[in-house]
Amino acid sequence: MDFLRPASWEEALAAKAEHPTAVPIAGGTDVMVEINFDHRRPEYLLDLNRITDLTEWQVGEESVRLGASVPYTKIMEHLRAELPGLALASHTVASPQIRNRGGVGGNLGTASPAGDAHPALLAAGAEVEAESVRGSRLIPIDEFYTGVKRNSLAADELIRAVHIKKADGPQQFSKVGTRNAMVIAVCAFGLALHPETRTVRTGIGSAAPTPVRAKAAEEFLNAALEEGGFWDNGKIITPSVAKQFATLCSGACNPIDDVRGTASYRRHAVGVMARRTLTWTWESYRGARRLTEGAA
Amino acid sequence: MRVNFTVNGRPQEADDVWEGESLLYVLRERLGLPGSKNACEQGECGSCTVRLDGVPVCACLVAAGQVEGRDVVTVEGLADFAKQRAEHGGCASGACGTSLQDARQWAAKGTDSQTGEGTGLAPIQQAFIDAGAVQCGFCTPGLLVAADEMLERNPNPSDADIREALSGNLCRCTGYEKIMDAVRLAAARQGEAV
Repeated sequence: MDFLRPASWEEALAAKAEHPTAVPIAGGTDVMVEINFDHRRPEYLLDLNRITDLTEWQVGEESVRLGASVPYTKIMEHLRAELPGLALASHTVASPQIRNRGGVGGNLGTASPAGDAHPALLAAGAEVEAESVRGSRLIPIDEFYTGVKRNSLAADELIRAVHIKKADGPQQFSKVGTRNAMVIAVCAFGLALHPETRTVRTGIGSAAPTPVRAKAAEEFLNAALEEGGFWDNGKIITPSVAKQFATLCSGACNPIDDVRGTASYRRHAVGVMARRTLTWTWESYRGARRLTEGAA
Repeated sequence: MRVNFTVNGRPQEADDVWEGESLLYVLRERLGLPGSKNACEQGECGSCTVRLDGVPVCACLVAAGQVEGRDVVTVEGLADFAKQRAEHGGCASGACGTSLQDARQWAAKGTDSQTGEGTGLAPIQQAFIDAGAVQCGFCTPGLLVAADEMLERNPNPSDADIREALSGNLCRCTGYEKIMDAVRLAAARQGEAV
């Protein structure tokens, strides 16, 4: 094994181009587990810790450019207003020690369906900034996950940052596990209201081979909200609409039975989380409306 | 490969380090610092918690090569670290935590050996003894490092704060109640001392 320690991003890209099998390591919270347990013996480890740009973020007009190695702790502390869904998801990642090291770049690189960041990224809307010596490209998050622990990165590409849309409305994240801390998701659900475009986006974790959006559920809810004038009148969402949304979210799952839970439990739990996160976000939207437009 | 870094204020050099080796292995097997415990090797248990440039991390998940030029504090250096911090005014300014610069300038003084023997105890260590928070003791080093860091950041923690800060440290003996007592005790003593 060789340990490559590029001092700059350009050096890292050159190293990855020269050794496409090199495994990038930043927080190490996934890679080191595999090495410790002899599940993986990469020829090259590519340490990204010396590249300080990767731990920085920029808040722009429309989106936040989040460096690939910004630890979850920093997202919770500094980006709660701009990225509420991702901040909530970050808070459910493992333990303080892990959150101090791990970041979204690693979650995307590993591309496990159980990664906590994915539902929040799918719901908010995001693009992955991937780069190689050949150039840089932005991969829409919906096209990023290609299979169980597979993503659309080329062998010579590294993740530099994620561009996540700033919240224009309430966002929520919910996760089922056996306890509060140190838990891998049995399944997870992210939901974001986008009042500016009058749309709702979702993200489902651990209930399909990849993280997925519940697109049919989104389309149904968008139409139902529009039809009932809900965005304008700020009424409580009718229980039948919430129920149908939950059913469609369950239907978007394609889960398996495993040690953490059965497929039917996962489908059921995703439906419950869909209904709850919809209620939470909608109540928050109605509250904000009352504040800005006065009580009716 | 060779790795140069600072442990408990002293420059250290580890030779013949395997590229896939963890910081934990280097500390325990190459530098003779067995205080950080090796249990799960997957970041679940927190018994290997150390501070890397001031930040609590699981040493089993840090590749040895990643600590080149950086600063590590282990449980062996905790008493000195806490003493140094107390002498520099603690956290009264509100600017809590250890800056990278402070962490790098930190140096062990007047100890008998690098194992921490002959040094007094850190307040958190004394509190663990006084509260009876140590049973088999295997999780204790990680808990001490994590709890000490929390009290540095947050001198008046609520029970929820304590639980959150220690949520990455597993203890199979105590049921955590005595550990909670110990951290509350350390916080109260810290408050009295100011």
